[in-house]
Amino acid sequence: MITKLSHTSFFVLDVHSAKDFYVNKLGFEVKMNVPVGNDGLWLTVAPKGQDIEITLIPVNNELMFKKDTSEKLAELIKAMAFGFGVFECVDVFATYEELKTKGVEFIKAPTKIGEKPEAMFKDDSGNFFGLCQASSHSESKKQ
Amino acid sequence: MSAENYPRLYLYRRMVDAKLFIDRHYLDPINIDCIASEACLSKFHFLRLFRQMYGITPHQYVTRLRIGKARELLQAGATISDTCYTLGFSSLSSFNKLFRQHLGVSPSGYAVSAQAMNSKVAASPMQYIPQCFVAYMGWDKQQFSTTETR
Repeated sequence: MITKLSHTSFFVLDVHSAKDFYVNKLGFEVKMNVPVGNDGLWLTVAPKGQDIEITLIPVNNELMFKKDTSEKLAELIKAMAFGFGVFECVDVFATYEELKTKGVEFIKAPTKIGEKPEAMFKDDSGNFFGLCQASSHSESKKQ
Repeated sequence: MSAENYPRLYLYRRMVDAKLFIDRHYLDPINIDCIASEACLSKFHFLRLFRQMYGITPHQYVTRLRIGKARELLQAGATISDTCYTLGFSSLSSFNKLFRQHLGVSPSGYAVSAQAMNSKVAASPMQYIPQCFVAYMGWDKQQFSTTETR
């Protein structure tokens, strides 16, 4: 019986630049940072305190992808074809101001959709994410 | 961005400046008065807004940052007393108590298990990566060689 999602993956253009983005700009913590072989890296990150590991997978991994596949993936990422999820915060406007100050590029500034403010941003590769405000429903799910 | 969609923009910017001030100076002997002055707000107004925007008090946030830093230092091999006094805790017993409150384990217990884990991962990294990813990323070439490269 499946009990939870333990790992998920984001494709990125450069794993070191992505690590700087997720850790130093978004404030995530590094869960695993394991060199593998000569130039491989198993790097997982997560929002602080959340029990999940987000694997940052570079698309220029020659062991995973042929060169033309890698190039196509890179073009798709830069064209914002991939949105990997929605992040939650206590206050979207405060988080928006802070992330903007740290250099995060927003596709959509916070606006209220229904009762909940939401925004959208992209990472240093081009993957886009929603940013929404935790609701009382989300809070009760955590309990 | 219209004012109705983005209320009190000036307040948010001041509060974020204050929070970033905390992020830069949490290891210094800062107090609520100097943090509130970064936001150009009274102490009570600042406390109320901070809690509203971040869900915790400034003091709780500073403690969380210091405990997070303590984890990093202990994982990197620092001693408990060095960690305690570097991070500005008043005593080993108060550090021990706060650490345990936040992480459910003592600093010494955390340090021992973190160091043991570091050694195990360094010795056999593949044991700590899900095997599906090992194959997917081509690190287990023997398994991967039977599959057409994407």
